[in-house]
Amino acid sequence: MSGRISSVLGTPARRLGAASALAIAAALGLQNAPVLAQDDTLRVVIHADLRNLDPIWTTAGITLAHGYMIYDKLYEFDSAGVPQPQMADGHTVSEDGLVWTITLRDGLMFHDGDPVTAEDVVASLERWWQRDGMGQTLAGVTESLEAVDASTVRITLSEPFGLVLDALAGIRGNPPFIMPADVAATPADEQITDYTGSGPYVFLADAWEPGSTVVYERFADYVPRDEPADFMSGGKVVNFDRVEWVYIPDSTTTMASLMAGEVDIWELVPPDLAVAMEGSPGIVVERGAYSHGVIRPNHLIPPFDQPEARQTLLHLVDQSDVLAAAIGDEALWQECAAYLTCGGPYESEAGVVGVVAEPDIERAAELLQASGYDGSPIVILDPTDLPDLHAVALYVGQQLRAAGATVDVQAMDWSTLTSRRTSTAPVDEGGWNILVTYTGGLEAASPLTNITLAANCENAWFGWPCDQEIEDLRTAWRTESDVEARREIAEALQVRAYEVVPYVPYGQFFTSRAHRDDITGYIPGTPISVYWNVDRVE
Amino acid sequence: MATIPVMGVVAIIVFGLIHISPTDPAAVIAGDYATPAHVEEIRQQLQLDRPIHEQFLTWVGHVLSGDLGDSIFSERPVLQLILARLEPTVSLALMTILVAVVIAVPIGVVAAWQARTVLDRALMLLATLGISVPAFWIGYLLIFSVALDLGWLPVQGYASLSEGLWPFLSHLILPSITLGTAYAALIARITRASMLEVMGQDYIRTARAKGLPMRKVLIGHALRAAAIPIVTVIGLGFALLIGGVVITESVFAIPGIGRLTVDSIQRKDIPVIQGVLLVFSAVYVVVNLLVDLLYTLLDPRIRYAG
Repeated sequence: MSGRISSVLGTPARRLGAASALAIAAALGLQNAPVLAQDDTLRVVIHADLRNLDPIWTTAGITLAHGYMIYDKLYEFDSAGVPQPQMADGHTVSEDGLVWTITLRDGLMFHDGDPVTAEDVVASLERWWQRDGMGQTLAGVTESLEAVDASTVRITLSEPFGLVLDALAGIRGNPPFIMPADVAATPADEQITDYTGSGPYVFLADAWEPGSTVVYERFADYVPRDEPADFMSGGKVVNFDRVEWVYIPDSTTTMASLMAGEVDIWELVPPDLAVAMEGSPGIVVERGAYSHGVIRPNHLIPPFDQPEARQTLLHLVDQSDVLAAAIGDEALWQECAAYLTCGGPYESEAGVVGVVAEPDIERAAELLQASGYDGSPIVILDPTDLPDLHAVALYVGQQLRAAGATVDVQAMDWSTLTSRRTSTAPVDEGGWNILVTYTGGLEAASPLTNITLAANCENAWFGWPCDQEIEDLRTAWRTESDVEARREIAEALQVRAYEVVPYVPYGQFFTSRAHRDDITGYIPGTPISVYWNVDRVE
Repeated sequence: MATIPVMGVVAIIVFGLIHISPTDPAAVIAGDYATPAHVEEIRQQLQLDRPIHEQFLTWVGHVLSGDLGDSIFSERPVLQLILARLEPTVSLALMTILVAVVIAVPIGVVAAWQARTVLDRALMLLATLGISVPAFWIGYLLIFSVALDLGWLPVQGYASLSEGLWPFLSHLILPSITLGTAYAALIARITRASMLEVMGQDYIRTARAKGLPMRKVLIGHALRAAAIPIVTVIGLGFALLIGGVVITESVFAIPGIGRLTVDSIQRKDIPVIQGVLLVFSAVYVVVNLLVDLLYTLLDPRIRYAG
């Protein structure tokens, strides 16, 4: 068939089309399309979707971040790792170290206008320490917790415990947020439904769209401390009327959104995009909190029920190779053989075997043989939806094969892995031999909060290492108050850890956070991203 | 009447598939630092420890009374979550279909009219590219060129119609072009094929022989006769879009049904997964019914028994 197109469309139709387009454009009043961040609103791209709102019921990081927006705590850690008063005005300790008396600051109020009292504190702590590991330790040495008067709390211990303030300043796990007493009366195994807090922001429940947006507004009656903000402590000064958390699942879109000025802060930037954004106009990329890599063998089932098999892993892992594969840019990682992290008070090279040296495949093969390994497939759980851990899993599999092992790297998503890791069964019944993960650097720096170092058998974290000497050393550290003695205990703990191998540390690496260059005061190195002290330069 | 047994089978399959998957929502909820005892507590609280058949019967009972249950994670009613995501999804679906039809039908008609010419080959090559190029690639290209470099449109997000017509439209233009490209390609090819078949008919030859303008032959006669397969594809496409398009929704951060479904599957938020799949199976059945009814309008020869 032939024919000119114009005879089909017709000139009058084209003229009509053009006129219509102009009319529509005029009617819509076309303006600049990008919605730039408004001055009084801080827009933050969060790392995960907020689903649960009770930071005592779950340990999910995003819920803790929500908690830091709307609640406050008695103490917070400063950048030197020292607990500082936050809601507390101060404390006294009896001579025998058994009675701790904490006084509340004046002017503390909940979002509903009620004053914060000692009763609220007692109820909140009693709910908290049913859940949190550090809290349970504190509860175990506490004889009584009482409200002496409206602004005074007394903790009476059964034995000296030097970590009371550390427990009250705990950042992760389940932080000891202070809630109204009636809310804190909610059983610890149920979720709260009232989100009244006394923190710097108020949660706007009606504006919450799961999977999309979380909205907070400034709490007008919040009284920040006078000290400048220092890590998690100090004055929590709020400079924005409103904070909007935006959940954007796609990293490339988030990057474009930040570059277009649609959002102000991106709290967790993938390593490859952090490199891509370095030097981009209008963008500042900063190093965030650090993490401690963990390659966790399952101590319950063969072959890693044998110490020789676990020591095999020490000779197979070269941290620089792992981190280069998992993280990439050298500026974002560092080798660290210390179980209690590098840069912390217990950094040590005592007892180190392998991990920061060239892999010794021959020695690893010898140890594997000596363990009685029978050639059965070693199952490695591989979370393919987390690129960094995926790389670590593949590396470990590759190295084990080099040592003569039969390896079964099983691909799955992280959610499935969190279910699978609970299995204590043999691998042919759904069990596992190795999982790869990481923990917060701050938590890993202490023998008490490094849960992957604990070797309390069936009560230990997944992998269930079991070693009485490690547990005795952890208890000794907890009850010791002398700084130098603690350091010696920590060193002995590391020496023992390299013998028992509760896990293989694969080094330290840093998250990245990015923000627009008109944003000031953002504290990037906190383990949980916080939004006080942030301001916009006019 | 066939809808009811169809929905019954869908319910059984949906429930069965979800419970086969190994993810434990209690472990996901509890977080990384939770103890096994805590995980078990959550499992019991959510009644995930009950026998499968008990869970199924309880769920079916609630569904028959209009209660799709509550999300394990947010504790919000599933129906409320779905309804909250409905506006973005329906808006995106309608806009996508509009974009696709406006582009594709004229292309298909012209390609059929100019069949086996260079123009036809060029248009069908475009159609092939439209189907072949991944949606996320088109999305990124549009974001970086139109939104970031030119600054004409927003990068991401969704604005409800209540926030204004232009904010609403401006947030939908790039995603609907992204999605519409593949649908346009498909509809164009179907239109061309269907038109070619019709234009070979005697009555079309007669109409041309009688001197009817080409425009009237193509649009007034041939297109109408060729419409049934085109409408079928459009209808199926719309139903699929209503079910949510997770890649485009993820790239453009649109809080639609697709993301709700995938997020829920990843976390094994069982009530949400079951609710979404059930509701949108029903939507699919209804859309097919509407398409069948549309046939009778397009082709007077078609009448349904009873």
